[in-house]
Amino acid sequence: MIPEKLLNLVVLALLLAVPYWASLNDAPFTITLATRATIFALAAVGLNIALGMGGMVSLGHALFFGIGGYTMGILAFHAQSFTPLIDGPMVIEGTKSMPVIWAVAMGVSALAALVIGALSLRTAGVYFIMITLAFGQMLFFFTISWSSYGGEDGLSIFLRNEFPGLDTLVPFNFFALCYGLLVLVILFNARFARSPFGLALNAARQSPDRVRAVGLNPQRLKLVAFVISGTITGLAGALFADLNRFVSPTMFSWQTSGEIMVFVILGGVARLCGPVVGAVAFVMLEHFLGGLSEFWHIYLGLLLLLIVLFARGGLVGLVARRGAAHD
Amino acid sequence: MSTILIIEQVLNGLQFGVMLFLMAAGLTLIFGVMGLINLAHGSLYMIGAFVAAAVAGLTGSFLLAIAAAMAAAAVAGVLVEMLVIRRLYAADHLDQVLATFALILIFSEGTRWVFGSFPLFLDIPSEISGPVTLPGGIEYPLYRLVLIGIGLAVAATLGWLITKTRIGIRIRAGENDREMIAALGVDISKLYTAIFALGAALAGLAGALVGAIQSVQVGMGEPVLILAFVVIVIGGIGSIKGALIGSILVGLTDTLGGIFLPELFKLFMAPAAAQSAGASLASMAIYILMGAVLIWRPTGLFGARAA
Amino acid sequence: MRKLLLASAAAILCATGLQAEVKVGMITTLSGGGAGLGIDVRDGFMLAIAQSGRDDIEVVIEDDQRKPDVAVQLADKMIQAEKVDVMTGIIWSNLAMAVVPSATAQGKFYLSPNAGPSALAGKGCHENYFNVAWQNDNLHEAAGAYANTASYKNSFILAPNYPAGKDALTGYKRMYEGGLAGEIFTELGQTDYAAEIAQIRASGADSVFFFLPGGMGISFLKQYADSGIDLPVVGPAFSFDQGILQAVGEAAMGVVNTSQWNKDLDNPTNAAFVETFQAEYGRLPSLYASQGFDTANLLISALEVAEPGDKAAFRTALKAANFDSTRGAFAFGDNHHPVQNIYAREVVKEGDVFTNKIIGVALENHADAYAGDCAF
Repeated sequence: MIPEKLLNLVVLALLLAVPYWASLNDAPFTITLATRATIFALAAVGLNIALGMGGMVSLGHALFFGIGGYTMGILAFHAQSFTPLIDGPMVIEGTKSMPVIWAVAMGVSALAALVIGALSLRTAGVYFIMITLAFGQMLFFFTISWSSYGGEDGLSIFLRNEFPGLDTLVPFNFFALCYGLLVLVILFNARFARSPFGLALNAARQSPDRVRAVGLNPQRLKLVAFVISGTITGLAGALFADLNRFVSPTMFSWQTSGEIMVFVILGGVARLCGPVVGAVAFVMLEHFLGGLSEFWHIYLGLLLLLIVLFARGGLVGLVARRGAAHD
Repeated sequence: MSTILIIEQVLNGLQFGVMLFLMAAGLTLIFGVMGLINLAHGSLYMIGAFVAAAVAGLTGSFLLAIAAAMAAAAVAGVLVEMLVIRRLYAADHLDQVLATFALILIFSEGTRWVFGSFPLFLDIPSEISGPVTLPGGIEYPLYRLVLIGIGLAVAATLGWLITKTRIGIRIRAGENDREMIAALGVDISKLYTAIFALGAALAGLAGALVGAIQSVQVGMGEPVLILAFVVIVIGGIGSIKGALIGSILVGLTDTLGGIFLPELFKLFMAPAAAQSAGASLASMAIYILMGAVLIWRPTGLFGARAA
Repeated sequence: MRKLLLASAAAILCATGLQAEVKVGMITTLSGGGAGLGIDVRDGFMLAIAQSGRDDIEVVIEDDQRKPDVAVQLADKMIQAEKVDVMTGIIWSNLAMAVVPSATAQGKFYLSPNAGPSALAGKGCHENYFNVAWQNDNLHEAAGAYANTASYKNSFILAPNYPAGKDALTGYKRMYEGGLAGEIFTELGQTDYAAEIAQIRASGADSVFFFLPGGMGISFLKQYADSGIDLPVVGPAFSFDQGILQAVGEAAMGVVNTSQWNKDLDNPTNAAFVETFQAEYGRLPSLYASQGFDTANLLISALEVAEPGDKAAFRTALKAANFDSTRGAFAFGDNHHPVQNIYAREVVKEGDVFTNKIIGVALENHADAYAGDCAF
């Protein structure tokens, strides 16, 4: 057993070291895999705020992932086809600039999370799981038939978007951007958990009545957490779209929601780096198990089952001592 | 749009609804009594359809196929309950979601491994195939009428089982207070296994019945599973009555929405665009219905408590 | 799903005595609901490679699980890690749209064994993209043409509400000259068609055209047969192919469907293909298997003349399409899509097996409607 803090540092260092090694040894695909894991980790870190800290089991986070992706897709699509996004009294152009896309993606996701959270938080427990799922399905079916942006075919972006002062076409550079964002969000998350707001949120999850007794509104605390959570997952969606240079309604599918949740649980709920470990492990499993058998989903399923049954607390729980108490 | 067409569409919605009920009934019982979210319920539906197709292919008997489908699904359900689910009753919803998500992966690819990648064949028995003429000159497939009949019969039997029999009393007691019923000397783990087997058999029955008019293929369970969840959430988790009303509501909304929304849009849009926009809205209609119900009544129409 | 399959036959040395290895990347669907199509394409492709006796062609096969993002990731892997020369294999249009433009932009050749989205045939065409199957609209256009010869005057048409579905109805209407009794978009993945069938019954149509690929078509046909409506049905081959037909059963008997290939097409290549495929895999080949087989033979014919490294020469060799197709005569149009006959087939029963038989030519030497928009 090693302290969780040390494990976190090791995990983040390895996640940086492997692609760096790959960039020196001309193994671009390893970098692509690492980027994929990093982006999934970011999405899962977002979900973990709702799930682990707020106790809100959302089976609809694919919605924010998809919104982020489509924000990138739509803005870049208009930029590459030189058509204005909105015509009329005020002309708004598309853009290929990553920082702008990120900001818009986060803004739109936050807004969506605010509306969906406000409605969904009227319910609790399983009803909450199902209503978030329903919102995800709504947008899934909507994008499938939204023919102006490709419908089920999705949207292809031919070139990766630009970041000032950096050639994003170099795989390692794009990885570094994603990695930087992930580290920033994790640092934010660590501070957030210890902030008065984070502590109040934690209390709201465990005993809403006590929180109410000291004059705070637990529903409002949860709503703020849900919005932060959705915003981060939305950012991950925009990055994922840029990694693939492609968006499609599958980003909204309930399987995507399920997978993001798998990352969190696989790594360890409410652990700071649990989602990172979970996402990395999932991408590696997908890559290596896929090479073993055509029916690799069976093995993936068995492995997940074993973890749920025998390794509560996920992979991080297996090797690390509890650091700061979350429960 | 003629009255005949509207009546026919209402029948279609009803038939779709009662088949959903077979899925939703098991799901809502399992959740109500054991507090378990079972995402793998759709896999039991798929197993029912595949076993029915295989047995019908071997023996040529549809009744035998249905019996085998229910038995196979029940056995699969019991195995899953004893090996996996039993360890998860105390766990939170999160672990249950992950474990049963894992079961979907295992069941889907396992089925493909056993039965191959191509869809299987299962047909309606010739005695009940083809249309019949209803009063008012409506031509309607007999098989679908049989499905409506079976669905309503199952609903009535379940209602009787829950309200009038000893096991029903135990089930209701289990929903209200799990510790108390154990303290009274009821073997709770046998009760749980029995409920799970019952729910699984109903899912298997639905799979076999629907398999005869649809494509028997891997992954057929998931869309139905999601709809069944929508149903029990609308109806209120744990309530058989809620599941029945929710099923029929979802069945009618989905069927009638697909017909009338495009017509409605044609009043103020070009036909092709109206067709497309109407179809889009129709595909979202049941989720909008579910959202609306939950916002109005956060524990569903007949849900007693927040779960 | 990484399988390195080496064609195992004696080495044939080329004129210089030095032969460069050619690496082919195949991304196709091998798991999940749509796996049957990908497996057929792969098996047809590998059969042709094995029969060519060339052991210098290495085929890397990966499973896209029918997910666009997985396909994109695999394409990156093929290009970055495997460094393949030629890519092929994708079944679905939405996956092709995700992979093909960026692959061809990176200088790879792509030979499509199935998907033919209109965007890649018209404005978005590329000199290194060759479609060996059809442009998506082709079979639907042929269905429309057949409807004219069968003198249908009032068709009811339906397809799922997604781009390929809209293309299908557009394709049918492009050729069909009669009126429409109704036009419906169904939900993608829909399994119950009772509502649509009721509308067909009430519409007063004299014929039905539908495009519902995979499981959707199976469900529709079974329910249609059970409804007692006996209007003639016409559709593209996708709902009537070998892999699916056994699951539809009697319900499909007598339905007319359109295809560029059938197992009874009378030419020696096809006869040999049907026989060897059956011997090798123990099942009748499908449309998709024939497309995989043709794709591999096109590739081999071009490799006889040039190497992929010499892009201009290799492109010219591909464009010449100098190979024996299972379809008989085969030629590429200016946009590198086939110009070919499309046949009307009827579903029949041979012994216990449901299959198709050709009843006529629906469209002769047919090219696609987008070719004019293509400029390399």
